[in-house]
Amino acid sequence: MPRLCENRIDNRHGHAAFRGALRPSSALPGRAGAGYTARMAQGFFTRLAQPGRFMRWSGAALPWIGGLSGVLLLAGLYLSWFVAPADYQQGETVRIMFIHVPAAWLGVFFYGAMAVSALGTLVWRHPLADVAQRAAAPIGAAFTLICLVTGSLWGKPMWGTYWVWDARLTSMLVLLLIYAGLIALWRTIEDPGRAARAVAILTLVGAVNLPIIKFSVNWWSTLHQPASILRMGGPTIHPTMLYPLLVMIAAFSVLGIALHLAAMRTEILRRRVRTLAILEAERLDAPSPAAQAA
Amino acid sequence: MIRPFLAVLVRDLRLAGRIGGSGALSLVFFLMIVVLVPFALGPDLNLLSRIGPAILWLAAVLATLIGLDRLFQADEEDGSLDLLTGAPAPLELVVLAKVLAHWLTTGLPLALAAPLFGLLVALSPAAMAGTSLTLLVGTPALTFIGAVGAALTASIRRGGLILAVVVLPLMIPTLIFGVSAADAATGGTVPLATPLLILGALSLVAGVVGTLGAAAALRWSE
Repeated sequence: MPRLCENRIDNRHGHAAFRGALRPSSALPGRAGAGYTARMAQGFFTRLAQPGRFMRWSGAALPWIGGLSGVLLLAGLYLSWFVAPADYQQGETVRIMFIHVPAAWLGVFFYGAMAVSALGTLVWRHPLADVAQRAAAPIGAAFTLICLVTGSLWGKPMWGTYWVWDARLTSMLVLLLIYAGLIALWRTIEDPGRAARAVAILTLVGAVNLPIIKFSVNWWSTLHQPASILRMGGPTIHPTMLYPLLVMIAAFSVLGIALHLAAMRTEILRRRVRTLAILEAERLDAPSPAAQAA
Repeated sequence: MIRPFLAVLVRDLRLAGRIGGSGALSLVFFLMIVVLVPFALGPDLNLLSRIGPAILWLAAVLATLIGLDRLFQADEEDGSLDLLTGAPAPLELVVLAKVLAHWLTTGLPLALAAPLFGLLVALSPAAMAGTSLTLLVGTPALTFIGAVGAALTASIRRGGLILAVVVLPLMIPTLIFGVSAADAATGGTVPLATPLLILGALSLVAGVVGTLGAAAALRWSE
């Protein structure tokens, strides 16, 4: 298969999605009158997003981002353990919130990141978008799971049960199920380019559906549990708890970005290894010149 | 535009009629689930009639899944999907015709058979009518959402399980409003029109998203 081979060598970083149809985004038909700065910014991000360049800058930035998330996490944990007061009703268990809320935020955030990456995959066929999307799914699923687990650990002393079919809990559970479906679909399709496009379509269909699911679960929950007293948060949060929470949210966000970058780097390296293995197999497979001439 | 649509529709209906596969099979599966539930819950007719609409809806959701994996797979295997993709008619139109044919042979029989199976769980006539009506309005949403999964898994061997995992979370809104509309038909706090209209809206939205999504999935999977 010389054609395939050529394609793969041409595409040194091993992205099968890099087909002939890909044009640099500067060559995309831009709308007349688009702002110069917008084009500049687009050019800047396009350059940053070239896989080779991405590997260089992300490799340099990753220790700093990781370190920053470590510092923020330590500060946030200190604030939430020693500075924030215990709640007058919930006691010490309120501290679970400092893990729970940031995890919930990141679980939702990574789905949004996947939806944006899915657009990048389908519209611009950008190989890095595939990678970003694939790397985001397990991280988002993990944070969603953390949110659910911490929520149910908090629920046992507060509500007297690990699980309540509350609207918010149920929505997060459905989000986890959707993540599971996306990851499963990705693992089923072998070719990374095809898998990326399939998952991108499913991600977007899911993104259209998520608000509908959220709305219907709210409807369902109010229908089944009128006058629910089981509400988190309750009255507006006191500043002594708000600041630790904000620090923790920042820490988790930076941690999420660091994990995402690391996972993207791993995925790029994995694809390079895959491409090298295919090239090597093709080289070993190729018939000798004499046989070809015959 | 109309002729290729009708051609694909008639072709799929004929195929379904001659093979006699998934339509009758999913009806039998539907009956199986309805029969299994009383064995799990006990033969208490009061309980069964109270949760009857929920049982029928759950059975309908699962029965819809049964035939879905063959929706595009059969065409993928014998190569006719390539012809349909390459045809001058827009792929969305072809998908719409195929999904409509699928619904006519699976979803519609389910809705029509629901009153009969409702007898098994001691539904009142009003509840039977309500359940049948909501299934009639709601099963297109199930089929269209499922079509996206079917298109995504068309070329995967043993795609049935992954299809179910991918598609079931997206069917939750339809299930919620289907059951609450069926419950509203027998009285309750909500008037019947509210959930029924939302159910109709879900079917229409699923019709658009499902057709576009399935066509995109088929086009991109090459």
